[in-house]
Amino acid sequence: MGKRWSNRIALGVLWACGLITVAALGAVIVYVFVRGIGQITPEFIFTKPHGVNAEGGIGPTIWATLYVTGLSMVIVTPIAVLAAVYLAEYAVQGRLVNAIRFAADTLASVPSIVMGLFGFAFFVEAMGFKFSVLSGALALSFLMLPIVMRATEEAIRAVPKYIRWGSYGLGASKWQTVSRIVLPAALPRILTGIILAMGRAVGETAVVIFTMGQAIYLPLSPLDPGRSMTVHLYTLAMEGINMDAAYGTALLLMVMVLFFNLSARWLAARNRRLR
Amino acid sequence: MTDPHGRDEATPVSAGSGLKMMSRATYLKEALLKNVFLLCAVMAVAGVALIFLFVGYRGWPVIQNPGLGAFLFGAEWSATYGKFGIAPLVTGTLVVTIGALLLGAPLAIGTAVFLSEIATPGIRRIVRPAVEMLAGVPSVVFGFFGLVIIRPIAAEMTGGMGFGALSASVILAVMIVPTIATLTEDALRSVVPGIREASYAMGATTWQTIYKVLLPAAKIGIIDAIILGMGRAIGETMAVVMVAGNAPQFFKGLGAPIATVTSQIVIDMSYASGDHRTALFGLAIILFMISMGLVALVRALSRLNAKRS
Repeated sequence: MGKRWSNRIALGVLWACGLITVAALGAVIVYVFVRGIGQITPEFIFTKPHGVNAEGGIGPTIWATLYVTGLSMVIVTPIAVLAAVYLAEYAVQGRLVNAIRFAADTLASVPSIVMGLFGFAFFVEAMGFKFSVLSGALALSFLMLPIVMRATEEAIRAVPKYIRWGSYGLGASKWQTVSRIVLPAALPRILTGIILAMGRAVGETAVVIFTMGQAIYLPLSPLDPGRSMTVHLYTLAMEGINMDAAYGTALLLMVMVLFFNLSARWLAARNRRLR
Repeated sequence: MTDPHGRDEATPVSAGSGLKMMSRATYLKEALLKNVFLLCAVMAVAGVALIFLFVGYRGWPVIQNPGLGAFLFGAEWSATYGKFGIAPLVTGTLVVTIGALLLGAPLAIGTAVFLSEIATPGIRRIVRPAVEMLAGVPSVVFGFFGLVIIRPIAAEMTGGMGFGALSASVILAVMIVPTIATLTEDALRSVVPGIREASYAMGATTWQTIYKVLLPAAKIGIIDAIILGMGRAIGETMAVVMVAGNAPQFFKGLGAPIATVTSQIVIDMSYASGDHRTALFGLAIILFMISMGLVALVRALSRLNAKRS
């Protein structure tokens, strides 16, 4: 067998790898879409589940998911962005920066179930927030922190140095330069990071199940409990009751996550074009 | 706090040089803001410490009851009999992680090589977003998909219900593909283009270039990628819970139900109390230490890599 043939076979295998990966995504999306689309009616989206088999809609779970995601974004954005400003603009390489990066990497890789138990022990029990949207949002913000932090730091580092020189040359102070020149220039990429982190939060189950609870409830105050769409899907699937609603929930969940991911991509692409 | 090194090359005129052109008020404001930013950055460290201390504090009593040895090496996990030996759970995690890596790592590395070396820009524009979006699919959706699609197929292959190591490994394999593929592609891209061109110039085929030149050159990056993929598989929870069958017993074959460290926490947490709950926190702190250890390993490897090149 000559090298031409081994080359052809190997390339064929690599092509197959690429195709299988795309097919895996395609299979999940198409299957969930085909089985779920029949469920999606205004009633399903807006009304409450009722009865023993959770007939009816999933309205409260959608609201709870959006509520907890929005709240965690509000909590995490200022901290993550300012932390990234420190890392990118102020910090010098040293032990402290190393420790911060190591901590951020660890946070990014801690299993979500650990985050869930921590949230339960700390926010639900010790701080006395009970099962609530607030507990869920606080626990989720730990998960989102490293994502937003890294995106913001990369965004700030990508801002060209000469823009800063221009600002300093005009006599601006460091904070003036950062707040009026650097951050606005980095804004689109920061937003991309925030949106991606929100996509993660929407799809998270293990964290919210132990911090927000499983009761179907329409949370209004941040101290109200609620059941997220992910927890709803998990419960329906595991109990095997009302699989139709499970397909519908899975589809809506996928649509929301894909919406976040695609808008992040769109934003990033538009930003590249403007450059 | 005046930090003489608190400047980068973009601020030639600031605290360090003699040319101070700002009022005291501005100076104070700048210093205050810097410390606020520092405080935010330290939040990440504080967060990790808080998780470690709090989960550790709740899990610590396992040292007394059932005792560290009985906890780590005990062969039975049974809440009804008050036995909390995690060996079956650790074995379960090990089995599904190895299964996921055997299936997922070659696929992911193949996909990465395909993306960086073979695909035309047009095809790359389809495949790369697909890989990234695969990373975004919620784990509960993967679990649901596994439950309704993979599980029946596994049942067909192994007999039984299909809940078990096979279904869990397949689902985990799909879930770690994006992690490994993205990082491997980065590693391949950071190989200096010169050696790739040199290889082609000497008449090597694409495949020869890939496996004799590029893969060895990107070796450490690929090992990093596999370690992080492994971390994802060990920590993955919901997808495993939905297809593993959740019976805390030792591995009895691909089709037999098993439980992993993560899945047992989810199943038991809803009703556990007392020693049982303590044992669950003990499991969580073990997971925490594993993921922290893997991160430390990856960082050590990349330092090694930086030193070598």
